[in-house]
Amino acid sequence: MSAAIKGPSLTLKAREAISGWLFVSPILTGFMIFFVGPLIAVFYYSTTEWNLLSQQSHFVGMENYVDALTRNDTFWNVLVNSLVFAAGLVPLNMLLALGLALALSRSVRGAVFFRTVFFAPVITSAVAWAIIWTFLLQHESGAVNRALSVIGINGPNWLHEPHWAMASVIFTRVLKTVGLNMILYIAALQSIPRDYTEAARLEGANGWEIFRRITWPLLAPTTLVIMVITVVGSLKVFDHIYLMTGGGPQNATLVLAFYIYEQGFKFFNTGYASALAVILFVLILALTILQTILKAARK
Amino acid sequence: MTYRTQQKITRICWIIGLCALAIPFVFPFIWMLSGALKGQADVFSSASLIPSQIHWSNFSEIFAYQPFARQYFNSLYIAVLVTGLTLFLASMAGYALARLRFSGSALVLLLLISALMMPEEVTIIPNFFLMKKLGLMNTHMPLILLPLFGSQGVMATFLMRQFFLALPKELEEAGRMDGLSRFGVYFKVALPLSRPALSAVGIITFLFSWNLFLEPLVFVNDIELFTLPLALANFTDTYGLPLWHLQLAATALAVIPMLIVYILAQRQIVESFALSGVKG
Repeated sequence: MSAAIKGPSLTLKAREAISGWLFVSPILTGFMIFFVGPLIAVFYYSTTEWNLLSQQSHFVGMENYVDALTRNDTFWNVLVNSLVFAAGLVPLNMLLALGLALALSRSVRGAVFFRTVFFAPVITSAVAWAIIWTFLLQHESGAVNRALSVIGINGPNWLHEPHWAMASVIFTRVLKTVGLNMILYIAALQSIPRDYTEAARLEGANGWEIFRRITWPLLAPTTLVIMVITVVGSLKVFDHIYLMTGGGPQNATLVLAFYIYEQGFKFFNTGYASALAVILFVLILALTILQTILKAARK
Repeated sequence: MTYRTQQKITRICWIIGLCALAIPFVFPFIWMLSGALKGQADVFSSASLIPSQIHWSNFSEIFAYQPFARQYFNSLYIAVLVTGLTLFLASMAGYALARLRFSGSALVLLLLISALMMPEEVTIIPNFFLMKKLGLMNTHMPLILLPLFGSQGVMATFLMRQFFLALPKELEEAGRMDGLSRFGVYFKVALPLSRPALSAVGIITFLFSWNLFLEPLVFVNDIELFTLPLALANFTDTYGLPLWHLQLAATALAVIPMLIVYILAQRQIVESFALSGVKG
């Protein structure tokens, strides 16, 4: 109250503004230095080439992009891999998450127990999860192939055959992350008023009709959020690839985020790796914008 | 068949189905434990889940192989520090963005939101050169600064803002009446009320830092400075082949305490993640 008496209302407003800026300044300053600055820098780096011998960089314009898009076959390979990874992971993850959520959102006995189980890999470090699965997927003596041999199947060398390696990283990544989407779906399902489905049931609708006409449309906003989160998550997958396949065999699991790391920190192609990072940035930005547009269109 | 028995059968089928689905989620943890207790020779040669002979020595060998206790401590103190700093700075900024009217706040918010989903990989290369210039290579500073000021810190700020927006203003106004400064109102009135949001954001931030892999890989070289994920990835013999028994034992040591905490605080942890997803 004392402030209100001391000065006219303008100073009060000014004071509020000063406090506001002071409150946001620590995080904003850090954000500018360690995020916005580097983001601008990555655009600049992407137009340069670093020379290992002279330890100097020089401007090459769009050369790195031209290199990626036209000259370098690996780049297209990487893009296709990232696409395959996303195309495999996203539907599998979302379908499984939705199915589990539908099964476990109701107060079935043991629902909480199963939720705990399916969510456990989410809080486990990706590194630990990848290590354990690498162990389980060993060719001759891994637990998975041993189990398969019991039912007479001769399991493949999972992580060393191109297609199986991709399938393995997708599958284990789904297991690692599906719990999160399940929880998001459960939260959304629980917020749907009981009356809606009860009324439909009284009208004689069966389970599938209720799902298709009531539950699914009401879940649409959640589905959109989950889809964007999952696609973005699939684009930035790194730990799994690093630990399980190292991008191999024959680059079969070389995806964009891993390729950036490899080019930037193993081969020190700073300029080229930066161009790749810009491409990743553009992809994610496009997804973010798409989400915003879809969300706005809904309202 | 009566309706009742039919329902019973349906329920049993559901439970069997869910148990089957749960296998690839639970089994890895069990195999991790089993492998962790086997000797180097049995890890693969024996198909049995129960080790023929329990090798407790694996656990002591880990500490001889690399400074595992030190690495464990590194992960722990970094995660605590990142969580504490994030909670403080993000709640303060989130409070201002929700409550205080100042020109430019909408712009700040937009700027932060646009970074919400950006992966570390986008800025990791310039950050590498920045840290080099700042003399922070091979220190823990990048592992503290980047989560704090990158997309994780931004998300924390955003979540705190959402929480404060939903909080009734009356108590804070009473605080103003009592002569508290803006900071006083935030710190003494709003912050204590935001305990649920703080614990949710804290849990997510802690786990994010605890599981961080790319940053330690890029910024840290000394084995003494490794964090747990990096240490776990580092169990190989002189030929670069994995020492599975040690690696699994170390993984178990890293994973099991987290699982215990998770089981004890299951509800709260799961709800924290549900909250973080609703933001979008």
